[in-house]
Amino acid sequence: MVEFALPKNSRIDKSAGKTHAAQAGAKRVRRFRIYRFDPSTGENPRVDTFELDMDRCGPMVLDALLKIKNEVDSSLSLRRSCREGICGSCAMNINGQNTLACTRSCEELGSGDISIYPLPHQPVVKDLVTDLTNFYAQYAAIKPWLQSRTPAPPDRERLQSKEDQEKIDRPSACILCACCSTSCPSYWWNSERYLGPAALLAAYRWIVDSRDESTGERLDALEDPFRLYRCHTIMNCAEACPKDLNPAKAIAEIKQMMAERQH
Amino acid sequence: MPARPLSPHLSVYRFAYTMALSITHRFTGMALALGLLVLTAWLLAASNGAASYAVAVGVFSHWIFRVLLIGWLTAFLYHFAAGIRHLVFDAGFGLEKAQARRSATLVILAVLVALAACLYVIFCPVGGAA
Repeated sequence: MVEFALPKNSRIDKSAGKTHAAQAGAKRVRRFRIYRFDPSTGENPRVDTFELDMDRCGPMVLDALLKIKNEVDSSLSLRRSCREGICGSCAMNINGQNTLACTRSCEELGSGDISIYPLPHQPVVKDLVTDLTNFYAQYAAIKPWLQSRTPAPPDRERLQSKEDQEKIDRPSACILCACCSTSCPSYWWNSERYLGPAALLAAYRWIVDSRDESTGERLDALEDPFRLYRCHTIMNCAEACPKDLNPAKAIAEIKQMMAERQH
Repeated sequence: MPARPLSPHLSVYRFAYTMALSITHRFTGMALALGLLVLTAWLLAASNGAASYAVAVGVFSHWIFRVLLIGWLTAFLYHFAAGIRHLVFDAGFGLEKAQARRSATLVILAVLVALAACLYVIFCPVGGAA
């Protein structure tokens, strides 16, 4: 359902934000405005301001967040793991765009304040941590595993030609960070019925896999006004993807396969 | 434990060209649906004879209506151009990021040029008053 305004309990309490000033003597100060929500208080979310001395901080947004957590406010909650753009944990909305905090440098965000929010239109567990249960359930729903009836050759793996491998090369690089799906307005309004760019890119990856023998069933499962066709080719997903993948293109190709098999 | 809040979306997401084009396409589509009623009213008036047609022309000649008609014209041109862009997408072309950005610019330019041409034809007719 399209609801432009946030529910009452989700509105940011502008008067509640706290400011943590930089240490005295800091020369290169930068302000980080970070979304905070603490489930234990029952209070509405707020936006705290942290001033950091960039001369004593690593280059990436994740470095700044961890510096805040280590030195200023240990209650700041966020997910992170690999700090090199392969685990997909630190996906968040930075200066209005979904991306990974570990691969986005503060410098490429210009010189102004840096605003950090959780991934958009998701239930917030705490601060920058969102509940991605629905997102993962949608991934599971497209059955992301090889399905074949033909028995595998007894003496070797199921082989692919180089050309066939190249078809799944890029879509396989998805790290399921949810940057794309939570950047998509169609997904914001219909996330309970529309699978979203990440799950559909994964579906595409198995549909075009030369070793998979469930193409028909996979397309059947997507033949639905919402699951697939809520994609209106806005292309926010491709713009947001930190791995430079293109879910919009994959979805358009699935729609074409749908049309083609009707003739 | 209180219900989990919903993280901000429209209010924080940077308004990019992608969303601008999409929402404009939708709004112009809705405006055109309304415009279709006006077109129908005009046709009905015409089919009802000269007297009712004169009344309709009188209403449509009001400056407010002229401004609205230019709005509908712009909406039509945009919806048409952006619709072709989506037709090309659905045919499987132009879906790379750089291509989509270029076609977005092309849509805006095409609308501006077509609108200028239409306005020229409307307001500077050859041998007639506006």
